[in-house]
Amino acid sequence: MTYQFDFSALLPYWEQLLRGCWLTIVLSGASISAGLVIGILAALAKQSRFAAARIAAGTYVEIIRNTPFLVQVFFIFFGLPTLGISFQPWSAAILALSLNCGAFSAEVIRGGIDAIARGQYEAGTALGLKPLQIFRHIILKPALRIIFPALSGQFVLTLLTTSIVSSISAEELTSIAQSIDTLTFRSFEIYIVATVLYLTMSFGFATLFKLIDRLYFSYPVK
Amino acid sequence: MIRQFGLSEALAIFSGVQATILLSLIAFVGGGVVGLAVALMRTSERTWLQRCAGFYIDFFQGTPLLMQLFLVFYGLPVLGYKVNPWIAVAIGFTLHASAFLGEIWRGSIQAVPRGQTEAAYALGLSYVTRMRNVVLPQAMRISIAPTVGFMVQLIKGTSLAAIIGFVELSRSAQIIASATYKPLLAYGCAGIVYFVLCFPLSRLSMRLEKRFAVKT
Repeated sequence: MTYQFDFSALLPYWEQLLRGCWLTIVLSGASISAGLVIGILAALAKQSRFAAARIAAGTYVEIIRNTPFLVQVFFIFFGLPTLGISFQPWSAAILALSLNCGAFSAEVIRGGIDAIARGQYEAGTALGLKPLQIFRHIILKPALRIIFPALSGQFVLTLLTTSIVSSISAEELTSIAQSIDTLTFRSFEIYIVATVLYLTMSFGFATLFKLIDRLYFSYPVK
Repeated sequence: MIRQFGLSEALAIFSGVQATILLSLIAFVGGGVVGLAVALMRTSERTWLQRCAGFYIDFFQGTPLLMQLFLVFYGLPVLGYKVNPWIAVAIGFTLHASAFLGEIWRGSIQAVPRGQTEAAYALGLSYVTRMRNVVLPQAMRISIAPTVGFMVQLIKGTSLAAIIGFVELSRSAQIIASATYKPLLAYGCAGIVYFVLCFPLSRLSMRLEKRFAVKT
């Protein structure tokens, strides 16, 4: 092997790389927050009394789950402007990521709602709790507890998916790495660094969520 | 001059589906072979083998698929291998698939009741016989639904090959979109083709999951 690795060429760009990490985290945070709202709405719609709502939510979930994220981003960023709806790269990225995240978390959330036995509501009423108290203490918390591991997995998945929005030149870690690549021509090195940064972020968040899970959701089941 | 979006353009997009299917199949078969080794290592009794496989899986599950493709695409020439794009993406997706399939199959192997392995021990069966005739056939039943589910993920994942210039379904949609200036139609067509490929597999996976869930 004759190739000389030169990571020092990347040193002047460390601030940009850190900024890239921060943008990636902000993008993931914004998308998962909006995605959760969409997911809750879709999960509720799927259980609705109205067939139209059920069909609409089902169609949305299936379309998103069965087409690649790249095509969804391109459709929103390049396709929708021909109908007169145009976005900045970042807004298009957040929209696409939220829609994607919403479809995947809808199933998770539905599982959580289903898992809460009907008896829980009735037990709450029997204890004389107010509806809001029932919701907070014996519906929301157990439901969150059940879906929390899956939701934190969804967050990490979203974090990794954000790299794809570099293809519409939305600014985040991958697109910043690409621009450093064109400035330094150290392709292999820059992508090794970016990969390590992604790895650090995904492990950092996975650990953080495990901690939260242990702190807030650990109490004896039986 | 801007091309019209007609039947021939729709067909041009559709022709990309061949590369998508072929790439998915290569990745699935290659990933299956490597993935089985990863799963066996992960469930082995030797700690160092477990750790190696664990690290391998964590790496691929903790980094974006796009980065993995970039590393293979820019890394192979650096290591002295001049390969064509087909081989580069095939290697990239095979490695990616092997880690995910390895993890799915690890779970399935561990889901086989412990008594089965103990019974095989008691009968004095060798590792190979125990795995081949006792554990793996049972693990396979458990793994079918998530494996089919992963195929959907893999087919969708191959779209990222478009970013490094590999011509498949997404890339041909991109080409037609810029030639006709009808991105909505072009990406819509590509989306429909992906949907037609993935939806039946998703449904199959869900149905298998339900069937095995009732029986066990």
